[in-house]
Amino acid sequence: MRNAPSPEDHLEMYRRMCLVRELEEELGRLHKKGRTRGPIHRCDGQEAVGVGVTAALGLADKVTTTHRGHAVYIGKGMEPGPVVAEILGRATGACGGRAGHMLIADASLGMIGGNAIVGAGIPAATGMALSAQVRGTNEVAVTVFGDGASQTGICHEAMNMAGLWKLPVVFVLEHNHYGLTVPTEVQSAVDDFALRAPGYGMPVETVDGNDAVAVYRATADMADRARRGEGPGLIVANTYRVEGFSTSDMGGYQDPEVIAKWREHDPIRIAFDALEPTFGAERLTEMREAAAREIAEAFEAAFEAPFPTFAVDAASAPYTAAQN
Amino acid sequence: MAMMRYAEALNAALREEMQADPTVFLFGEDIGRYGGVFKVTKGLREEFGDLRVRDTPISEQALTAMAVTAAMTGTRPVLEIMYADFVPLTLDALVNQASIYEYIWNGQVTMPFVMRTQGGGGSGAGAQHSKSLDAMLAHIPGLKVVAPATPADAKGLLKAAIRDPGPVIVLEHKLLYNMRDEVPDDVVVPIGKAVVRREGTDVSLFATSKMVHEALAAAERLAGDGVSAEVVDLRSLRPLDLEAVVASVAKTHHAVVVNEGWRFCGYAAELSATIMDHAFDELDAPVARVTLPDMPIPYAETLESAMLPSAETIRRAALDTVR
Repeated sequence: MRNAPSPEDHLEMYRRMCLVRELEEELGRLHKKGRTRGPIHRCDGQEAVGVGVTAALGLADKVTTTHRGHAVYIGKGMEPGPVVAEILGRATGACGGRAGHMLIADASLGMIGGNAIVGAGIPAATGMALSAQVRGTNEVAVTVFGDGASQTGICHEAMNMAGLWKLPVVFVLEHNHYGLTVPTEVQSAVDDFALRAPGYGMPVETVDGNDAVAVYRATADMADRARRGEGPGLIVANTYRVEGFSTSDMGGYQDPEVIAKWREHDPIRIAFDALEPTFGAERLTEMREAAAREIAEAFEAAFEAPFPTFAVDAASAPYTAAQN
Repeated sequence: MAMMRYAEALNAALREEMQADPTVFLFGEDIGRYGGVFKVTKGLREEFGDLRVRDTPISEQALTAMAVTAAMTGTRPVLEIMYADFVPLTLDALVNQASIYEYIWNGQVTMPFVMRTQGGGGSGAGAQHSKSLDAMLAHIPGLKVVAPATPADAKGLLKAAIRDPGPVIVLEHKLLYNMRDEVPDDVVVPIGKAVVRREGTDVSLFATSKMVHEALAAAERLAGDGVSAEVVDLRSLRPLDLEAVVASVAKTHHAVVVNEGWRFCGYAAELSATIMDHAFDELDAPVARVTLPDMPIPYAETLESAMLPSAETIRRAALDTVR
């Protein structure tokens, strides 16, 4: 375990988690008012995974995430403005309103990208690691995926090849205990996902997924190992999906007592308590308020931004360019 | 110019592109030590090493997904899927991943990857090793699909596919690998350009891959029937060279589309509708289709050969159209 993150890095992780929390809560409010479009998958309560993982990576490192990827987007360095505008389908969005909240990418930051096919981000990052190996760089690719995705066949194919070829990829299993409405114990033959790793010749570390520092350290260790050419690693980050599957979820299948227990074990509170002796409660509270203002401004700007205009994509058209 | 088998022409294309660009690498089942089940990659592992010519586990789904993102991040992977019949295993990567990113991410990424696979019947390989899935692949916006009929085109189209910034699927044919013909040394065939293999004035026969040779044989027989058939090798299923198709129909006023895929919702259906969209006034008869009947491909030679399009079935369709 390394002597990191620095207090300043930890503070920045706290700030980014605050941004994500404010974003998620505003999306929940807007959905109730009928002002969002399509299902939106909130990750509040799970911010420490996306933010902790990405804080341990460099700009050239690549990351793929799930349909619940807001914390990874913000963690990898995307500004709230283009993320929010993309979620609201505006021309000013990170992808010009073409991607929507589940598929956001910013290739310049190595955020490529959200993926709404459960499990598909896993071979995606593995392919990026293969590219890094062929090119001879020391880039690392990281994929954040859920316990539901870990049941897919493609997860096992990708992990096998990563272990076989010692690819520089870190698999981060964000164990939030639900695949849509179905709890893990109804989906998995084993309840300890760390058991997956030995089958593919990988080391594994299980961490408190609500502790951003624990997630950061595990990621940094696995990434260092991968950069040394020693191959992939698995991190099992235990957390909980305190909200429904998406904003369209009717709920009612989760135990309220379990939700309450996990809300007590909140990632932002854990970070606050850890940082308070160093930076003081006042500064931390100010940061939370500044995050709320930044998100509010991002929504305000997005609502004022124009919608994109439609044009058929010539590159996808079936006839030769001469015919268009 | 050298005489080469179709498989050797593909091998030459891979070798030359790998020599020219260190980011080109090959992976797939049995392609390294064994040199590929159809020997297309023979000798390349010895020349370029394990890092760039890689034997893989039997994992078509993940391999294709990995090819997509390896291509997005600075390499040019060429993935071999041993039989087109296994392409359905790869469809998430093609349909939900490779084909969408350039558009939905507003041009932030390119995806210069190539999937080589081979299809087609006639070898007694049975229902899971004989299909032509051209239509299924050509249906997807964002993918390019080419199907070379000759050694020169095999080399030229594969080279163009490797250099293309987007995903390209190269459909080879198992019965063409041993075909020998002259291959120009510096051949590169642009994707989306058809070629007229035989000039004619009475009926246009549109085909790709092995069906081009059946159509040429049909044209020879039709000459004996007093019918002058023009054979157009589309070469590229998507994008389609509509200009060449319309020009040929405008010349002959009769069209027969030949495809080794199935009839219902097939490539021949698309092409015939396209001809009617763009050249209806030129047609003197409805467009005829020669395809497989809609059923699984059987094993026994008598059963299999009865369902595959042949020079004779193409000839009869052409005669029905012109008379």
